[in-house]
Parts: sequence; C-alpha cells; structure tokens
Amino acid sequence: MSDHITEIVIFTVLFLLVSGMGFVASRWRAPQDMAHLDEWGLGGRSFGGWITWFLVGGDLYTAYTFVAVPALIFGAGAAGFFAVPYTVIIYPLFFLILIRLWSVSHRHGFVTPADFVRTRFGSPTLALVVAITGIVATMPYIALQLIGIEAVLKTMGVTGDSALARHLPIIIAFAILAAYTYQSGLRAPALIAFVKDTLIYIVILVAVLWLPYKLGGWNAIFDAADAKFQASPAPNDGILLNANNQVQYFTLALGSALALFLYPHSITGVLASRNRDVIKRNMSALPAYSLLLGLIALLGYMAVAAGVKPLPGAKPGSVDSNTVVPILFDQQFPAWFTGIAFAAIGIGALVPAAIMSIAAANLFTRNIYKEYLRKDATHAQEANVAKITSLVVKIGAVACIVFLDPQFSIDLQLIGGVIILQTAPAVVLGLYTRWLHRGALVAGWAAGMALGFWMLWQIPNAATGRKHFGGSAFPLSEFGFDSTRTIYVGFVAVLVNALVAVLVTLALRAAKVAEGVDGTVPGDYLADEGDPRIERERAGTIDNISST
Amino acid sequence: MAEPERPRTDRSPWNWLLLVPIVVPLLTFLYNHDEPRLAGFPLFYWLQLAFILLGVGTTTLVYQMTKRGRS
Repeated sequence: MSDHITEIVIFTVLFLLVSGMGFVASRWRAPQDMAHLDEWGLGGRSFGGWITWFLVGGDLYTAYTFVAVPALIFGAGAAGFFAVPYTVIIYPLFFLILIRLWSVSHRHGFVTPADFVRTRFGSPTLALVVAITGIVATMPYIALQLIGIEAVLKTMGVTGDSALARHLPIIIAFAILAAYTYQSGLRAPALIAFVKDTLIYIVILVAVLWLPYKLGGWNAIFDAADAKFQASPAPNDGILLNANNQVQYFTLALGSALALFLYPHSITGVLASRNRDVIKRNMSALPAYSLLLGLIALLGYMAVAAGVKPLPGAKPGSVDSNTVVPILFDQQFPAWFTGIAFAAIGIGALVPAAIMSIAAANLFTRNIYKEYLRKDATHAQEANVAKITSLVVKIGAVACIVFLDPQFSIDLQLIGGVIILQTAPAVVLGLYTRWLHRGALVAGWAAGMALGFWMLWQIPNAATGRKHFGGSAFPLSEFGFDSTRTIYVGFVAVLVNALVAVLVTLALRAAKVAEGVDGTVPGDYLADEGDPRIERERAGTIDNISST
Repeated sequence: MAEPERPRTDRSPWNWLLLVPIVVPLLTFLYNHDEPRLAGFPLFYWLQLAFILLGVGTTTLVYQMTKRGRS
C-alpha cells in the first residue's frame, strides 16, 4: 500500500474537492424555489451550450465505458472498437429526434420520456411500461459505475480482503455522492462534470502522446496486439474483424446508438438544456468525446504492448480485465500523474451515477408516484419524493455490488441495453406518428422483451464457461440459418417489436378498440425557448392554456 | 389551436445528408483492412476515427443550413 501513497493522496484530495463542489452546486444558478422537480431534476431547464456539452458528455461517456472499452480491446481486439462507430452515428441519428422531444417536453413540462408517451397515447399503462423499463435498465448501469471506481481502488491497493474492507471505500464515496445529489440535484453533476472532463482530456492526451513514444510507436503497438491475438486460441479475436463478427459489429453499433438516447439519464441531460439550438450545436460538439473514447480504447493495445497482466478477479482463477488501464498508468507514469488519472476515472463515475439516479428518481416520481400513488401531489412533494428515491436507488446500486457477484451487474447492463431499445417504437416513432395503437405498442414491447431475454439466455460464453447471458452476439445458426455469423440481440428484438406493433395496430383498428386521446398538437414538436404558450402559462393564465 | 403561430417546420432537404454519417460507419467492408497504415494505425482504426470528422462536418453543415430565419 505504501508505494501507492502519492496516488492515494492526490486521488483523495481531488475527490474531496469535487465533493465540496457538489454541495456548493445547490447555490449555483439557484432559483427562487428549489422545491420543484424542474429545478432539482432538470436544473431549471436552463443549461446553455457549454454546460450541456460537459453534462451530456460526462453522462454518456461514463467511467465504466472508459474502463471497460479498453478492457474489451485488450481481450478481444477489433470487436471492442464498435464503440467508435457507435458514438459517431448517435448524433446524426438523433439530431432531428431530440429537438422534437425537447420541444414537446418544453411545452408540456414533461420530465421523463414516459411523461411524453402518456400524453401522446393517452395511456398511463404504456407510460408505466416505459418508466419501469427505464428504471430497470438504469439500475445496473449505476452499479457498473462502482465497478469503474473499484478497478482504480484495487490498483491502488486500498481494498482489503474481507467483503466489508473491500467495499468500504466505495460505500463512503457513494454516501458522499448521495448526500450532495440529494441536496443539489442535477446542478451537482453539471458542475462536477467540468472538473471531471477537464481531467480526463488532459490525462488521455498526455497518455496517447507519451505512451506510444515510450512503447516504440503505434506500429509496434498494433503489431504487439496482432502477435497476441495470433497466438491466442480464441476464434474471434484479432486486430481486424473476421467473416463471423462483422454483422455483430455493425448491428451492435447501430443498436447501441439507438438505445443510448432512450436511456432516461441521457434524456434528462437533453431536457435540461435551454433551447433547441443548444441541442443541435451539441450534436456537432459531443463527438469530441467520441474521439477521446477511440483513443482510450486504444489504451487496451498499449496495455498489450506494455505487457500488462490484469489483477485477479473476485473468484479464484479469474482475472479482472477492467484493471488493465489502471495498471498501465501505474506502471508507465510517475505516481502524481497516475493519481490524477485515477481521480479522473473515480470522479468520472460520480457524474453519470448522479444523473442516472436522478433520472430513475424522476421516472418513479412522475410515472409511478404521481400516477398511481398520489395523483394530487404538489410540485414540492414531487421534488421531495424524487430526492428520497435518488437515495434509495444509490443504496440499491451499492447493495448490488457488495452483496452480489459484480458479474451479475454486467449481465444486467447487457440486458439493460436490449430492453431499453424496446421503448424505441413508443418514444421515437411516437415523436413522429401516432399511427401505432397504444395497445399494439404494449404488445410489441412485450414481444421484444420476451425475444430479447430468450436470445440472451441462449448465448454461452466459452471464455468464462458460462451457459447463459454470455454476451450479446447471437449466432444466426440458432434461427436455422446455415451460417457462423452472429448478430446483436437488441437489434433483432426491436425489429420484431416494431413488426408486432404494426400487426397488432391493424388488428386493434379493425376491431375498433379505443385509441385514447392525443394530448399533443403538431406545433408542440416545433416549440422553442420563449414559446408564447409557455410564457403565458408563467404569467398565470394556466386555465386558458389547458382549455385550448 | 386558438392562437396564431408562426408557421414552423423542421423539414429540409439538407436533413437527408444526415444519412451519410449514419450509414457509412456501419459498412464494415470499407474499413476492415490493415493496409494502408497511417502513422502506424491500421486502416481499420484511422478510418473509423476519421468518421468522427465526417459526423461533425455533416451535423454542422445541416445545422447551419437549417437555422431558423434562414431558409
């Protein structure tokens, strides 16, 4: 432990500094009245271009991503680089979708995607389905952020052997996080994101300039990786894709891209922005993080070239490949710089964890508490319930890591990506058309969920010897195709979901089943900051608005 | 709706350009090669990183061309 003392000191100092910022954040751009979900849960819907860039960037590109993607590259090679096309296509894909979602949410005061679905399709049931899917998909994602911090703590040697000693630093870190999120809401991660991202950018730029110089150049790094994969018995690794995993590669990139902005925490970040322009400009600016992620991914090959051996995992005989990047830094850089890098990863986990817990809390408050438990809840009650829910969510995430095998959270997150995609027909198509029937959307969702689970259940993992939930690459031969190719589960499931939704819509319409009332009008999807209807509502003529 | 609203739309032929950076990064046959290397990076890596510029360029262009009040 003593040889890591410099790292530990720098890590702790930066962590405490950021925690202080988290508490102070409640006074940053403070409103008259914090007891409103718009303030606590969406930062007053007032963030401009820069804040949104840091907030959404810190939200989408999580600490877990920064640790797990290079770990994947380290282990499997080219297949792990899907993170780059994935984060390239997100922005053109959602460029037009997000501004519509922002506009309709702005005018109607929606806080969650389920709020939108409820009003659009006049269906609290569909909204409940979307809300529960969002909460279930987000929970393991929060737990994974803890794995990101833990990889760093493990490398610094601050984790003991007993279960409690191993997890104590994480529990303390999350207790602090929970406290300032409770107090400051979305303002806390927004403010902290500045520090986190600045640190990450500095660390990564230094690393990708310095490490290749030290390791003999990029040619040598890629050749070392190539030699490693040539020697390994695994069939689908290598520095290039092969005939079997190309379909998986692009369907995974596309499916993940579709899923990302369906996650409640991404939508929270988007709805917190001030106007449509902020979102559009960020669609051009956020790919700076994709470049960062691409460079971070390549740290996995640098770890190969540097001969990094990952630390042992929780079970005897297993290795924790998430530790490869922390170990690479520990080996190659002076202790003070490694301390900064570790702090960047640690703080990097706090920003998304905070936003995710806020997003889950918003969903519970708006679509379960207010919908089913207390219909006449005031704004202050809503804000209060959300604050308490955010605490519960974090305790749940810590419990997942402390009491369950971390692999369980990884499995759940894999499932989470597949299930959140099943909300796409209701949320994304719903922004453009109301043609699909609300009952059909529920049916499609159910079909997509069932198929997704079944497919994930079928997938073994040869490397870990597990029979189920071994990954998201589904062999096409299981469908009866004469092929060794694989495809991304979520992609197939959402296609089936959409197909079922269309067929059931035709059936329900033929049977003349009631379609519910659409609470939105076409103009809602184009509204912008300073919208006359919103302004008049603020001026106190609410009755007038709701009667139009 | 009772109140008069400025007619607005998000429709524009420029939007079709957004398809380019969505489709191109998914075409694995374009970049699944080692040669030619650029500064030591195999094609697979440098070309996919270059797609980031393609994405930024396209969204910026579409944003500029569809700004409100411009049309």
